[in-house]
Amino acid sequence: MDNTKPRKTIAPRLDMPCQPADVRRRNFREVALGYTPEMAMQEASRCLQCKKPGCMKGCPVEVPIPAFIAEVARGNFDAAYRIIKTTNSLPAVCGRVCPQEHQCEGGCILKAKGQPIAIGRLERFVADHYIATTACEQLTGASHCAMPAGGRKIACIGSGPSSLTCAGYCAARGIRVDVFEALHEPGGVLVYGIPAFRLPKDVVRKEVDSMRQSGVTFHTNWVGGRTVQVEQLLRDGYDAVFIGVGAGLPVFLGVPGENLIGVFSANEYLTRVNLGRAYDFPDGADTPVYPGRHVTVFGAGNVAMDAARTAMRMGAESVHVVYRRTRAEMPARREEVEHAEEEGVQFEMLASPTQFNGDETMTLRSVSLQRMRLGEADASGRRRPEPVEGDIYELETDLAIVALGTRSNPILLDATPALAKNARGYIVADEETGETSIPNVFAGGDIVTGAATVILAMGAGRRAAREICRRLGA
Amino acid sequence: MATKILLKESLIPGTTSKLVLDAPHIARAARPGHFVMLRMAENGERIPLTIADTDPDRGTITIVYLVMGKSTALLESLNSGDDICDVCGPLGRATHIEKAGTVICVGGGTGIAAMHHIAKGHHRAGNHVVGIIGARSKNLLLFEKELKSFADELLISTDDGSYGHKGFVTELLKARLEEDKSVAEVVAVGPVPMMAAVADTTRPFGVKTTVSLNSIMVDGIGMCGACRVTVGGKTRFACVDGPEFDGHLVDFAELRRRLGAYRAQETLSLEKYRCHCHG
Repeated sequence: MDNTKPRKTIAPRLDMPCQPADVRRRNFREVALGYTPEMAMQEASRCLQCKKPGCMKGCPVEVPIPAFIAEVARGNFDAAYRIIKTTNSLPAVCGRVCPQEHQCEGGCILKAKGQPIAIGRLERFVADHYIATTACEQLTGASHCAMPAGGRKIACIGSGPSSLTCAGYCAARGIRVDVFEALHEPGGVLVYGIPAFRLPKDVVRKEVDSMRQSGVTFHTNWVGGRTVQVEQLLRDGYDAVFIGVGAGLPVFLGVPGENLIGVFSANEYLTRVNLGRAYDFPDGADTPVYPGRHVTVFGAGNVAMDAARTAMRMGAESVHVVYRRTRAEMPARREEVEHAEEEGVQFEMLASPTQFNGDETMTLRSVSLQRMRLGEADASGRRRPEPVEGDIYELETDLAIVALGTRSNPILLDATPALAKNARGYIVADEETGETSIPNVFAGGDIVTGAATVILAMGAGRRAAREICRRLGA
Repeated sequence: MATKILLKESLIPGTTSKLVLDAPHIARAARPGHFVMLRMAENGERIPLTIADTDPDRGTITIVYLVMGKSTALLESLNSGDDICDVCGPLGRATHIEKAGTVICVGGGTGIAAMHHIAKGHHRAGNHVVGIIGARSKNLLLFEKELKSFADELLISTDDGSYGHKGFVTELLKARLEEDKSVAEVVAVGPVPMMAAVADTTRPFGVKTTVSLNSIMVDGIGMCGACRVTVGGKTRFACVDGPEFDGHLVDFAELRRRLGAYRAQETLSLEKYRCHCHG
């Protein structure tokens, strides 16, 4: 080893300003406030511009990360935006919700020192800066988008991350795209699932609007498998159909008392608040959400963190996240767990619910919890939780939110018997192209993989779009 | 995408109206038993309503509602020519209809309208349709004319005896089942106590009994589980597994409680709306 070579010292990773925890825990405004241009340039200048960038390997949509960071470091924010946009249709979203610690930042060479480049924060800055400074360009249509030509058209069913990515990619290559969304607002999980304090709804609306500018048409209130059928779309002249209908039926615990008043799926709780704007009830919005003073949340993923932090903002006196393993095994994004804790969410670890207890009006009053301990490692290498014999205790709760994931949604699948499904009820799609058992019908996102992340769904949308464009010569 | 109201007809002044909506894509796909989700305004609540009739040739669907809370009050404030912010459907599983012989269709209150669409389906399948409809009083009875136009028999009851049999639909149903052992199926749509009573009435006769449940729903497309009901000891989702279930297996007591989960908020919302409207 050459010890004489001067070692470049690298500045520490720059924190992003946030709303103070004691303020934000009762409001729905975005928690993270974003970098200033100076901060972004400073953070970007830490990048070593590796010849073999590990960061890109970790990105499901292969954003040219070192290239865009180099432009940020030089203050060329628009150039940086154009580079990101070559592979990522939703940069303002990804910068906020991707699990960067496992993806791009996980592959950063500086991670060994615990200080990877804040790639997510830089991506977010670039997208926000572009949206804030180029609104006029978008309105006049002066931005460089291909206009639909050649009579080629595709349909996307669902308008979550996978469909939006597929739509954006194809539209940018001159293909007409019709997106059919079952709910009244486009965006899928970005609108009904992820809370505004993590992903402001304005950000989603602007991404959708920018797609409209590039020729994508959104049809809301159209349900795939009910209002519109996959095979009918092909007969109607669509060259390809992409199915990205997302997750479906929420999973419940299967313990007694689960249908008591006061027990909800995280999907219901979050949909009422996010899509229904229940935080404005009754003056500004008509959808109510069930009030809870002592809230319990079951599960430990991002959805559980979202539900817990939402309940806190809706005025809960206490919020407990109940999980049968320990902090170390929680699958949620690290930042979400830290933010939740800062906001006063408590973690009831090594506990598993055995039943919900109600009063004579069938209203939830408490939950019985089985104390757990970690036993031997199982096949997956994780230590298996096992009950501590006889150690059952009660926790007072009047609002329980179950965040254990989802099963596949049967609506479109039942209506399209020709679509091959796997044993778990999800659509079988080619790993490379996303094509299903029906030729020219593609699928991606949670309806193929089961519940996963925004960025993985986007990767699937992108792979399908690439194949669709190849076939259509676009 | 807004949906236009082509025709509004007040059935019971101030409380119940019928709307014919311009919705060709829904009319084309809708079958008896399906429902739609509606949202009356931006930031409005999504509510489910069963489709009462369709005309695929004209591209229309018909809905009938009882003013219960703010959303239905907002709907009642609209007139022919106005737009409804969002109408989404058709949703749910269609009624299972096959040629089976005699089918008794029982409807109560606003549920008569929803039952009408199912009864029509059975009529078209060649079944002998016996309609039994009931209301508190004669002026509250809906869809008598529409049902008479195709039903093979139509029996009527009112609680106060102002029209037809004085008493409940279940009394007419019981008498009909006693005199005719060949009834293939009983369908009931109406208030929860009525559907529970119908199921209790048919149980001793062992007649297949189908009820259409009106659980609370948020999305109506199988995502939230607000509409879950216990059927035969198992949790089912009314929006994607239903809304029709075997009446002999439904836990009606639980359904009734769950329908009241948001009563306090519903009352508050309606009071605020009424105050605002009337100064």
